[in-house]
Amino acid sequence: MSDIIKTSDFDMEFRDEVFKEPDADKITLCFNCTGCTSGCPMAELEPEYNIRKFLRMANLGMKDALLNSPYLWYCTTCYKCQERCPQGVKNVDTLLKIRTIAIQNGIMHDNHRKVSQLVIKLGHAVPINDEAKEKRKDVGLDDTPPTVHKFEDALGEVQKLLKITGFDKLVVDKEETS
Amino acid sequence: MSKLSFFLGCIAPNRYPGIEAATIKTLEKLGIELVDLKGASCCPAPGVFRSFDKITWLSLASRNVTLSEEMGLDILTVCNGCFGSLVDANNIMKEDPKLKEEVNKILKEIGHEFKGTIEVRHIIEYLSQEVGVEKIKAAVTIPMDLNIALHYGCHLVKPSKERHLGSTENPRFFDELVEATGATSVDYEDKMACCGAGGGARTAVLDTSLQMVMNKLEHMKAAGVDCIIDACPFCHLQFDVGQTEIKKKFNKVYDIPVVHYSQLLGLAMGLPLSELGINQNLIVNEEFNKKIERIRGGANE
Ligand code: SF4
Ligand code: SF4
Repeated sequence: MSDIIKTSDFDMEFRDEVFKEPDADKITLCFNCTGCTSGCPMAELEPEYNIRKFLRMANLGMKDALLNSPYLWYCTTCYKCQERCPQGVKNVDTLLKIRTIAIQNGIMHDNHRKVSQLVIKLGHAVPINDEAKEKRKDVGLDDTPPTVHKFEDALGEVQKLLKITGFDKLVVDKEETS
Repeated sequence: MSKLSFFLGCIAPNRYPGIEAATIKTLEKLGIELVDLKGASCCPAPGVFRSFDKITWLSLASRNVTLSEEMGLDILTVCNGCFGSLVDANNIMKEDPKLKEEVNKILKEIGHEFKGTIEVRHIIEYLSQEVGVEKIKAAVTIPMDLNIALHYGCHLVKPSKERHLGSTENPRFFDELVEATGATSVDYEDKMACCGAGGGARTAVLDTSLQMVMNKLEHMKAAGVDCIIDACPFCHLQFDVGQTEIKKKFNKVYDIPVVHYSQLLGLAMGLPLSELGINQNLIVNEEFNKKIERIRGGANE
């Protein structure tokens, strides 16, 4: 991204959309103390990752630059920034809202898509396998946990819920959508 | 005897069942009965689901909560991620009537209704607040004279406005539970740092996520500990599987065993090693096993 910010890059509808998240508008109270970024473990590893800059960009409505930044997906949601912010900015909650808007715009990591599809299919993001069944027996447990893995009706409920909310369509394979 | 429903989540039952087994057995010894939360699903994983679609995240989490409401029991989790998802969802549903109405419309179609009648607990804060260090000390039969690196993990204590567990930069309550087993919680640099797995980062940007856990492993190694103690199967996986990935990708070997608090408690209560599943980890450290055997003598069989 270039260092010059053009007003034509500002999309106020995007900003309004971000502000629909409760208290996301607190980013307007940010006084640039850099407390959030200076404690961020991801900023330590990736200098390009800057939560303060992201939130400032959201406040300016810089939709395209923000949604297309690969760093949007680097946050581990450790909440250190949000804990430290003296202005009560909801750093993490606001970032998650920006991610939601990215998802709605079709920007999604393939691996995230796969995890989501596993939950739709099996009700677990990390499902059982044969090796785990053996491990369960070895520690004296039933080979299948008493979750959706054991109760088909329950899995049906989860699948129905994910249809009602439209989640199944949201994470469908790209080829299938076109 | 107190009674709670046991929310398993995904990683404990499907990757590290020793954590599940150890939790059931050790809590039973402390007079706590865990009841199966039949038909529970993924919490759902906050990193992906909460980012992707808030209503989906809230509805699926609320479904899990209603299963326990229907039994009239509070929920116990052994995972920081599940705890974060379920507590946050439970609080939002209790405090936001509009969202509650929207989610309940969805839940009605699958035969459930969120009422707001129960609490969600994490094994560590539950033991600390409801059972207490003294009672745990009294249940310990073999003090585990180990030097351990304690990893609280992020979502056990943060966001603090939701968790109410005191300091997030210098908490003590988990250290006290560790010390009740006879182990020493060794101070190490940046102890409260994140393991790097959360927020979907491990899934999306594995190498960077591993670099974060490498920072932690370096600090733990420098402190010369026998093992890591954690309270979250996802952090557990990041430390355990992560060490093998780091070996392959970055050619660094740490060989630090990874133990969930429930497993440490099991060791200290003299439960058979085979029922605790510690050696089902990818990282199996023979020196550590010998030390445990020395401390526990015949109890290992
Ligand atoms: S929550 Fe994300 S942005 Fe905030 S300190 Fe942690 S990694 Fe950095
Ligand atoms: S800590 Fe808060 S006030 Fe300071 S720069 Fe970050 S968001 Fe702004």
